[in-house]
Amino acid sequence: MDFLHNYIYYIGSFGLIFIGIFIMISKRNYIKVIIGLSILDTGVNLFLISVGYINNGTAPIFSKLTIEAENMVDPVPQALVLTAIVIGVAVLGLALSLGIRLYKHYGTLNLQKIKEQKW
Amino acid sequence: MRKIIGIILLIVIAWGIIISLQGIPFGVLRTEVADHYINKGIEETGAANIVTSVVVNYRSLDTLGEVTILFLAAIGLGAVLATIIRKEDRETVKASLILSTGCKFLFPFILLFGAYIFIHGHLTPGGGFQGGAIIASAFLLIYLGCHREKRINETGIIISESLGGLIFVVIGLIGLLTGTHYFLNNFMPKGEFNTLLSAGIIPIIYIAIGFKVGAELSKIIELLMEES
Repeated sequence: MDFLHNYIYYIGSFGLIFIGIFIMISKRNYIKVIIGLSILDTGVNLFLISVGYINNGTAPIFSKLTIEAENMVDPVPQALVLTAIVIGVAVLGLALSLGIRLYKHYGTLNLQKIKEQKW
Repeated sequence: MRKIIGIILLIVIAWGIIISLQGIPFGVLRTEVADHYINKGIEETGAANIVTSVVVNYRSLDTLGEVTILFLAAIGLGAVLATIIRKEDRETVKASLILSTGCKFLFPFILLFGAYIFIHGHLTPGGGFQGGAIIASAFLLIYLGCHREKRINETGIIISESLGGLIFVVIGLIGLLTGTHYFLNNFMPKGEFNTLLSAGIIPIIYIAIGFKVGAELSKIIELLMEES
């Protein structure tokens, strides 16, 4: 139980990452591959946030000067994730536009038919 | 076959991650650079929100690169979708009066909320990227609810995006000329702590980022809604 309490964030984030990778490998529909990419992105962001977590920590904002600096969580991964979320949205939009082009050109979103793979 | 290969690959990756994570304790330690940011952040940048001071002051060169990536993604999306022939004569159902009036009523308030988020980025949780995303959501609401009666002004998007990028770079270059001579140096007076007019260049840069991100995300939404 102690193990679960300590590592629940890692377990959750890597669960999301593995779900995303598995969807991207096993599914053949392009939209589902993009959904897998998005889940993978969420898992990576959650992992980065949980690396910087302090037990019983507060947000790194001095809304009053009397707030103690000892309990604040690490601000650096939060800043990195802030930028990573926006880049994730931009990449998602680019992937969806490629999907639109693929559908107009081939008439299908099935990657197996587009690339003519056997499996 | 693909599923079996995927499961084997995942087991290999998970094994490596479990081995490498065993050495890292959870929720105990902060890095030294984080200690520096938290303890010295107020006197060095003047911003109450330490995350904002990291994003816009300590690592603002990263933020400049990241804004550039967003810009390139918007350009790439436009280039990919540019050659598609538009279908104008699609059968659509007109939105009801209540829905379209409600969207038009909510639109300025959502814009105001986005502006509040990115102006107060150095005091409260939020900032330019979040405020820009909220502004883009206002345009998405107009597209979904008002059935293309209103379109986004193209020149307005281009002007606000270019001005946002220009202000960011020009303020960085002014910082190169003054004070301690490094790019994006916080050269303006820090002001009184925890008030709106504090923290030097941070609010100005976040306002510029808010306009830029809002324009780019609205452009992405507009391209995806118009072409499909």
